Order: sequence, then structure tokens, then C-alpha cells
Amino acid sequence: MNDVLKNDELKAHLSPETVLAQLKQHGVTHVVWLPDSETNWLYLLMKAEPSLTLVAVPREGLACAVAAGLASGGAVPVILIQNTGLMESGDSIRGWLFGFEVPVVFIVGMRGWNRHGPRTADTSSQYTEPFLNAFRINYYMVESDADAPRITLAFNEAKKTRHPVAVLVGDEYHGFLR
Amino acid sequence: MFHTEDFLKAFKPHRGDAIVVPGRGGKHWVRISDQPDLDLPLGDPAMGGHAAFAFGLALAQPKRKVVLFDSEGDLQMALGILLTIAEHKPENFYHFVLDNECYATTGGQPVPNAKNVDYAMLAKGAGYPRTYSFTELDAASAALPEILGKPGPVFVTMKVHADIENKPITERVRWRTKTWVQVVADLQRKLGIAA
Repeated sequence: MNDVLKNDELKAHLSPETVLAQLKQHGVTHVVWLPDSETNWLYLLMKAEPSLTLVAVPREGLACAVAAGLASGGAVPVILIQNTGLMESGDSIRGWLFGFEVPVVFIVGMRGWNRHGPRTADTSSQYTEPFLNAFRINYYMVESDADAPRITLAFNEAKKTRHPVAVLVGDEYHGFLR
Repeated sequence: MFHTEDFLKAFKPHRGDAIVVPGRGGKHWVRISDQPDLDLPLGDPAMGGHAAFAFGLALAQPKRKVVLFDSEGDLQMALGILLTIAEHKPENFYHFVLDNECYATTGGQPVPNAKNVDYAMLAKGAGYPRTYSFTELDAASAALPEILGKPGPVFVTMKVHADIENKPITERVRWRTKTWVQVVADLQRKLGIAA
């Protein structure tokens, strides 16, 4: 019974394999990242993927400048961080990403997000969308594997506009349910 | 302590075909360099990001040397990047720091603990395999063949005189002649990178 529930629950969530497939589909070469709450399974998948180089940073704003350098040199970076770190990165987003017209996708774990119940006590998600709107960064919420095409939309929009675009992972990855 | 411009002149013959990110030395380097398409004079996109940017460039272009002239104020804002660079150990990355002990572009106010920071020790502790410190131009210039002749990453900190600017920004001489986007486009064209 527990196994059935677990499998049904997994189907309703965004799987790390789906995210990895999207990264490969869009030619990502480098994942510049700082772990969020539930991405350990994705980390293990990315680490085992020979086409990806993982670049861990100790503070999220640094990821923007690293990504700008990578893109300037012809690589294809993606930035994988938590919403708290996104907000920490404000001036770097302005200067290094918008300033250099870097077509990068942020994949952002939405800490504090809860679609179905009352607001959580964690305020992180309450500030995330206003932050993105203030910076005029378009974003797509994804909550299950069925939303995967929205990740493709984000990559395509970033390339077309030469601006950063965000993918908000509404229920995180649930990697630890494995 | 020596002048940044004098060191950059000494560096020029050793440059080869390296990409140069001149950082706060940019206003001198744009007059000294004879390979402007391989230069990335950026001014100040967002302070604290020069080392991260140049490191990303080095990862993307592993077969070409990337030389960064960082500043201690910029580095102080982002000391953590030393850990990331040291983890990846890009052999083509040459990290020079122009330490003038102050925020020269805002009037010369001292950076935190300006006269007592050993940046080379910080880099060594972060995991850079080679570090150097110089206070004299002759010694710094003489070491360039060794510094650039061996694989990176290498960290070189130098005490330089501050080029303090105290005029309102609107009254300052603009030394950047290209936008950030133009600078990168020129580099990519030079390197044969499709935009």
C-alpha cells in the first residue's frame, strides 16, 4: 500500500530525470548551482552525466557572473538555485545577466511554496514572484512531469529574448522519496 | 608599491594570445593593449563578479589562457569564489589582484582591514596551488615568465598605488569605448564562437 501511494505521489511531482532530460535537450554544458532543499537526487544524476560540468558556488550571486563568463566563452550554462538565493542575487542579475544579455535559464526551487494548503510559515515564496516581476524576469511554474514542456518554453524564450528566464519548481523534486 | 600602468606595460610582452580581463586596470590597459578583440574591459557590471566572470570564461575556453586583473575591493565582496576556482583548478586561469587598499573610484576610502590582509594566504588556503605576492615592480615583472609559463590556476597579489577618482561620475573621463555586449561580441568573433 505504501509503495502504491509512493508511486502515485511521485507521478504527481517533477522528477529529476525530467529536469535532466530538459538540460540535455537544450544543450546545457554547465550547471552553476548551489543546492536547495530537495535536489540531492538530481545532483547525483547530474554528477553521473558526462555532458554536464557542475560548478558549485558558495553564494548565489556569484552564479550570475560565472554564467556570464561561460556564455561569453561559448558555453551553455543553467543556474540551479533556491528562491532565497535568487533574491540574494539581485545586483548580479542586473549587471552580469541583463547587462551582458545572457540567455540563461534559472531553475529555482520554490522554498515555502504550497499550492493546496494554507500559506506556510516560510516567507521565501511570498517574495519570489514580486522579485521576478520587479526585475522583469519572465517565469514558468512547474509542479509535475506534465509541466516539462514549460521548461522548453523557458529555454526557447531565453534564447529569443537574450534575457534570463526562470523556471519555478513549485513542489521541488522530492528526490529523497526514492 | 608601484603603478598599475607600469606593471601592465611589463605584462604586455608576455601576453601571447591570452584573453585579458583587465578589471580596474582597464583604463590603462585599453591604451596599452594591441589586441583589443581579446580584451574584456568591463568597468563595473556589478561589483564582486570579476573573478567569477573570468573563471567562467576560462572554463568555457580551456585551451586559451585567461588573465584577470582583479582588485582587492572586488575580491573582498566575493571571497567565496576562490573556493570554486580552486576546486576546478583551471590550468588556463591566471588571477592577478591589484591591491590599492582602498575603493579608488569612490574617493579612496579604505577597504576593510586594508593594510593587514594577506590575499595570497587566503587564496592558498582556498586551494590555489601557486600564489605570489609582490610589492616591487622589478620583482613582479621579473617573475612574469615563471608565473605565466606554468599551468594555472595561479594567484598573484600586488601592492599598487591608488588611482583615486573624486569627481562626480558625470565629470569623469570615460575610458570604455564599447558596451559589454559589443566587447563580448568582438571576443566571440575573434574566437570563432557563433553568437
